[in-house]
Amino acid sequence: MTKSMEKPRAKKRSKLTESRDLGCSYARFGPDQPLKLDCGQDLSPLQVAYQTYGTLNEDKSNAVMVCHALTGDQFVANTHPITGKDGWWGLMVGPGRPVDTDRFFVICANVLGGCLGTTGPSSIDPDTGKPYGLTLPVITVSDMVRSQVMLLDHLEIPKLLCVTGGSMGGMQVLEWVAKYPDRVASAIPIATAAKHSAQNIAFHEVGRQAILADPEWHGGDYTVAGTSPSKGLAVARMAAHITYLSETALHLKFGRNLQDRDSLTFGFDADFQIESYLRYQGSTFVDRFDANAYLYLTRAMDYFDLAADYGGTLAAAFRGIQTRVCVISFTSDWLFPTSENREIVRALNAVAANVSFVEIETDKGHDSFLLDVPELFATVTGFLNSAAVQHGLKG
Amino acid sequence: MDAHNPAADTANRVDFLQIADMVEPGSRVLDVGCSDGALLKILIDQRGVDGRGVELSQRNVNHCVAHGLSVVQGDADTDLMIYPDGAFDYVILSQTIQATQHPKQVLEQMLRIGKHAIVSIPNFGHWRIRVHIGVLGRMPVTENLPHAWYDTPNIHFCTIKDFVALCDAVDAKVEEKIAVNAQGRKVNLGNNLTFANLFAEQAVFLLRR
Repeated sequence: MTKSMEKPRAKKRSKLTESRDLGCSYARFGPDQPLKLDCGQDLSPLQVAYQTYGTLNEDKSNAVMVCHALTGDQFVANTHPITGKDGWWGLMVGPGRPVDTDRFFVICANVLGGCLGTTGPSSIDPDTGKPYGLTLPVITVSDMVRSQVMLLDHLEIPKLLCVTGGSMGGMQVLEWVAKYPDRVASAIPIATAAKHSAQNIAFHEVGRQAILADPEWHGGDYTVAGTSPSKGLAVARMAAHITYLSETALHLKFGRNLQDRDSLTFGFDADFQIESYLRYQGSTFVDRFDANAYLYLTRAMDYFDLAADYGGTLAAAFRGIQTRVCVISFTSDWLFPTSENREIVRALNAVAANVSFVEIETDKGHDSFLLDVPELFATVTGFLNSAAVQHGLKG
Repeated sequence: MDAHNPAADTANRVDFLQIADMVEPGSRVLDVGCSDGALLKILIDQRGVDGRGVELSQRNVNHCVAHGLSVVQGDADTDLMIYPDGAFDYVILSQTIQATQHPKQVLEQMLRIGKHAIVSIPNFGHWRIRVHIGVLGRMPVTENLPHAWYDTPNIHFCTIKDFVALCDAVDAKVEEKIAVNAQGRKVNLGNNLTFANLFAEQAVFLLRR
């Protein structure tokens, strides 16, 4: 991960914007099925790109929806079509894994406003024949989940055994539980919050400003202009990436180690390994992510405040739900700290909902939910198996 | 709550079966200080309850959830007030009240959020304990209560008589009370508590407001 980043990027951008087969499935909704957005507008047509794993059983009782995070995608557990890397949650989802695809039918949709096949700012606006860019209405976490409900209807699955996801995925999980409790038997929100904190909005704003300040951004119409704000997007990713780690993890991994050199160069090259690492993270990110999608998705997270839809009382969001919920947090996560996760637990307890809460000790920071954390796997395995039995699934 | 509870060796907890007997099948149960979830598991497996737990030790909580139980990390002293009135049929506090900061408030909260409360206590009036203090002049260290006075989590011991007095003080009606001797055998408590207070190692109370 400490590779240098001095590679030309210009060519690769087209991978994202080209209309091409990503090797996943698509659900398409025409003018008769518009997506009603929170902002008051209808979005149509709508395309939802999704990936499935495992087999849906006869009584359709083994479906598990995975909601991906800000920069995730539907390629949970198979090779990514652009990067060629393994799926982002292959440790969690797959045969014999905690979310066992030999038993469960796993669905993951590219999020609304994203850039891997689901309608987003890089999609073509049928009215203009050009990419939406910033003319796409601002979308919310609620809108994302609404599009997932449409997908579930399209797949003719009445009820999910479980919905799970971390970070922004966790926000979607909470939205599912609050708004569609009859369609989810159980839920595992991980490393998330019921509202985005001021600090998190602040970090997102830094990222967005980096994109907006890139002259190649062209007011969001960079595709038409034949450019790409990859520098701005890379800086956004670098800033965000720091928030996914912990100080301990940074210290242990990099310390003040120098990058491929014996002494300081008295210049502004990447002298330190951590600099090189971040530059590399930024530069590879732009290959697989769209700058406008980054603006839209960070905005959706910033706007997320579940309690606001229920008169400011989070508990009211969960009143009467029968969904079993397991909230998971990590000790070193300062982006979505345990205290924020505990607020969700308290709200669920306030309505006597069936809730479990596990805090896992790890120094891996917010990214813990993506990493090899055995206690996370044990928790998900135990909870999901128990929920499956309760849902009438045979062991 | 049971992270360092003297009775945390749940394999041979004689009060568990007495508690299970008091719980109506299929009811909603909250086990406060559920430790490793042994009682919850008994209640779910044998009584078919909708069981939840609250536990102080995060390690115990994680163990419970990994075994399919619905448990949250929390403190009996501070985290019961969040639950709504009458949320459960039974709120259980087994061998934990002596480790709480405010036993009276905890009991009141239990009676508020549960239609019934079930409390099991180690009886500090047992003759062996009296011998420790009265004859040997030392704080008791027994099989049931293995901690030295300076590192015990048990800060609010009481006798059976003391607990009955607390029930009076919080207007709790005692629906059933069972004394358990050292062999784990059940002894029904009569109105005269003196005998049980001397010979029962533990007692289990079924209460309601």
